[in-house]
Amino acid sequence: MMNNNLFNYTLHLADTTLILGQRNAAWCGHGPVLEQDIAITNISLDLIGQSRSFYQYAATQKADGSTEDSFAYLRSEREFKNCLLVEQPNGDWAQTILRQFLFSSFQHLLFQQLQNNKDATLAAIAEKSLKEVTYHLRWSSEWVIRLGDGTEESRNKMLKAITELWPFTGEQFIPATYEENMGINLLSIKEVWLKKVTDILTEATLQVPENIFMHTGGKNGIHTEQLGFILTELQYIQKTYPGCEW
Amino acid sequence: MVTMNNIIADKESVYACLQEIADPEIPVLSIIDLGIVRNIQITDDELEVFITSTYTGCPAMDMIAADIRMKLSSLGFTKIKITSLISPIWTTDWMSEEGKRKLIEYGIAPPDKRFLIAKDGVDCPHCQSSNTRLISEFGSTACKALFQCNDCQEPFDYFKCH
Ligand SMILES: [Zn+2]
Repeated sequence: MMNNNLFNYTLHLADTTLILGQRNAAWCGHGPVLEQDIAITNISLDLIGQSRSFYQYAATQKADGSTEDSFAYLRSEREFKNCLLVEQPNGDWAQTILRQFLFSSFQHLLFQQLQNNKDATLAAIAEKSLKEVTYHLRWSSEWVIRLGDGTEESRNKMLKAITELWPFTGEQFIPATYEENMGINLLSIKEVWLKKVTDILTEATLQVPENIFMHTGGKNGIHTEQLGFILTELQYIQKTYPGCEW
Repeated sequence: MVTMNNIIADKESVYACLQEIADPEIPVLSIIDLGIVRNIQITDDELEVFITSTYTGCPAMDMIAADIRMKLSSLGFTKIKITSLISPIWTTDWMSEEGKRKLIEYGIAPPDKRFLIAKDGVDCPHCQSSNTRLISEFGSTACKALFQCNDCQEPFDYFKCH
């Protein structure tokens, strides 16, 4: 019999990486300079690659003919379990950078823990992805510092990005039932994460907000209005021409 | 040794055949040089090839699998199974010395243990100078970083340690 906790957690990991990959992909051809355009789209590719591994694993668990594609293209908004942070709009370069940094700093810690999970497949995907995530974290950290400690304009954009995105960072550390049952310890990550984020923001002459209301729900399918727009675009072809291939 | 459709196929000839399949993004490297073929198994009339992907998001992997299938069917195999392994994790340590030499000739700096994280100083594949600088941690593909040589001024890709 299928283990629902494992299945839902696998989908949560898959959805989170897919949606952030899709968001970053929208920068393709629009990056501020060529090297950074390539960087953000490479990160997108890494994330979509991770999501494929997770979806493929979810498909073997479900064993009902579901595929990585059917999970990505044929599920509705309420079935997606990604965290809310990753579905937030690209905004400007500062907002995209900050979103990546807030996520990569979390993912880096989570995957370090996950690579020791008793589920061998999740552990292997996490171990493999960690090498990429290390690059994502370095790259986004450097950009946060460059923009925060940059010009008045870049600094103001970072300040605005922090205001926009910080309310979506609390959800990461509130475990869904399936996470708890998978033995994922988010509290142990929280402190290390906050220290890392504080260190980088301080170096960027920025501050970590305090006592901010935190949104929740994404892990259980309750999303901000953003996800609907993403899925409309992402799933358009499969919904218009079901089963279409090329 | 197995005889199929009058074609004699043993592991050695399968490997020789796979040696001719190039990485679609770095055509100078074969998939054997890259170290992504982990094992092959020949049973009765079926051939199973075990591969590991380099990067999780490497778009070349689907194409490589299709190439393997096409190439091996020319050896006479009709039942070909390609199994993708996640574990053990592929690392650039699996790249053959031959592969690293080919990379340099091609103008790409091979993975270098002194630079686990890409930073200034990777040897220039054109003039061997180590007076080089990192331009971007992400190069023309996800597995490479972009450098420029301060001596010969040539830009070059560095195949990152992974
Ligand atoms: Zn040079």
